[in-house]
Amino acid sequence: MVWLDLLLNALAAGILLGGFYAAVSLGIAVAFGLLDIVNIAHPVFVMLGSYVAYGMNVRFGFDPILTGLLFTPVFYALGVLLYRVYYVSFERKGAESLRGLVFFFGVLFIVEVSLLLAFGVDYRMVEARYIGETFQIGPVGIAFRLLVPCVVGVALTGALYLFLSRTFYGRAIQAVAQDSFALRLMGANPFRVKGIAFGLAIATAALAGALLIMIGPVEPAMNREYIGRVFAVAVLGGMGSIGGTLVAAIIVGVAESLTSTFYGPSWGVAVSFGVLLLALAVRPSGLFGR
Amino acid sequence: MGARSFGVVALAIVVAGLAVTRVLDNQYYYFAGYVVLQYVVLATAWNILGGYTGYVNFGTPAFFALGAYTAVVLIQSLKAPLAIQLVAGAIISGLLGLALGYLTLRLRGVFFSIATLALAVVLQTMFINWEYTGGARGITLVRPASAPLFGNYVQFLFVVMLGLAVLAVATAWWIERSWIGRGLTAIRDNEEAAECMGVPTLRLKLVATTVSGVLMGLAGAPFPYYVTFVEPTSVFDLNYAVNSLAMPMIGGSTTWIGPVIGAVLLGTAQQIATVTISSALNLLLVGLILVAFVILAPEGIVGLVQRLARRSRV
Repeated sequence: MVWLDLLLNALAAGILLGGFYAAVSLGIAVAFGLLDIVNIAHPVFVMLGSYVAYGMNVRFGFDPILTGLLFTPVFYALGVLLYRVYYVSFERKGAESLRGLVFFFGVLFIVEVSLLLAFGVDYRMVEARYIGETFQIGPVGIAFRLLVPCVVGVALTGALYLFLSRTFYGRAIQAVAQDSFALRLMGANPFRVKGIAFGLAIATAALAGALLIMIGPVEPAMNREYIGRVFAVAVLGGMGSIGGTLVAAIIVGVAESLTSTFYGPSWGVAVSFGVLLLALAVRPSGLFGR
Repeated sequence: MGARSFGVVALAIVVAGLAVTRVLDNQYYYFAGYVVLQYVVLATAWNILGGYTGYVNFGTPAFFALGAYTAVVLIQSLKAPLAIQLVAGAIISGLLGLALGYLTLRLRGVFFSIATLALAVVLQTMFINWEYTGGARGITLVRPASAPLFGNYVQFLFVVMLGLAVLAVATAWWIERSWIGRGLTAIRDNEEAAECMGVPTLRLKLVATTVSGVLMGLAGAPFPYYVTFVEPTSVFDLNYAVNSLAMPMIGGSTTWIGPVIGAVLLGTAQQIATVTISSALNLLLVGLILVAFVILAPEGIVGLVQRLARRSRV
């Protein structure tokens, strides 16, 4: 039953990968789904997170997840700053959609080329004791380098879900997504609330980046394949639904893993884009759309 | 600019280009000039869809590469001459453009842009897996040793690209002054309103995407003979997407001259920077200039000049 073993292993790997994809896509679910900010530069911030984890690991021997957690405030500040530039230059003038898109495309390019100049095109990876380990459940091998990112990714998703649904600021963010004018009538400042939300979106990239470099070696141009993936997950998940994002991430992860196993790894990337095109063409509101 | 003076200037540019090949002997200038002219074609093609219609296309590499790979297939199978490669590249990329046009029925604004990016990645994956065109390793092609009347093949390619650039700009110029251009502008300003006023939006968008695709395919078709080595990562390079969008944005995306100004300035600057500084650093500059323009001068150089002219008149 080699075929069944392969299938089971591919399924397990896909589900684990999906948990990690959720972590990468959360930022898009918040920025794009809730705030209508088309941050196509999000994956490049994830890459930035990876390189921060790499730098801290090589220089000081820090654990990647610890680095990811430590750097969330820095990324949060970066996000707030970026939103401020975006707001002043585009949103306030009502020119956000197309010019804003071009703006983020430029940001993507700048960060990617900067990483390229700083670290070169070579693949980089981190070291930690647990990364190489695996254990078996029957015929299925579970690798720690996939299990840890999945667990952390799911935890991050849960934390964000609780924050958005239970806390005052979380509800304010949901409110600004529904009707920012009404929010202003209630005496809250939409600009500030959106700044916090966008900061949070970028902050998730610090941790997601640490997970990314744990799964495998990274190089600066890798962010591009993630653009399609994260938007596929966000659109399929129903734009801003955090639970939907997790489900969609697992669907994409499993689809990719199955294709890689049975057709070859080079087709893996095309799957997410195929899912995206399909989702956009057939059901743009996603599985759990409002 | 009137039709006659436009024709005269276009003819003068082609004649000047031909004259240069009789005088100038340094091959580097033809290699560099070819790239700049290629960007004139790509930027103008992008602008017909992005600037006039307002649909931002991140998929320039897909159209460019499709033109290039069509040429590769023709060279591999038939040793077809350049003229046939150009026509075939234009047709195939034009068909992809037509398909993209139908996609605009369902996808507007941001979703359209993301779909074009997805298109480029899916096509790249296909070519990575297609062994006939060299797969991921790439394919080496032998350029003809010489061209009739020109002697040197690179000089010949330079003149071909010059002709394509003039063709592209003339197309944009014509579209801008015809009812098609006015219809496209109406779509950019408000698609629903245009539709309600009886503007045939779908047909116009199909024209824009197809023409844009044809021109990008034309820019890509001579590429295999220019580089003599084609591999997926270099023809699907994101630089084509960024440049073909940055150049009209910097020059000014509402008129035909904007992309030309942007492509000549930015293209030349990049060629100089690649030689004198480094190729990675010059890409960083492109990104910074693009962001600066989109924040500070969204109307581009043409818009800046117009604003200054208006102010001095008052």
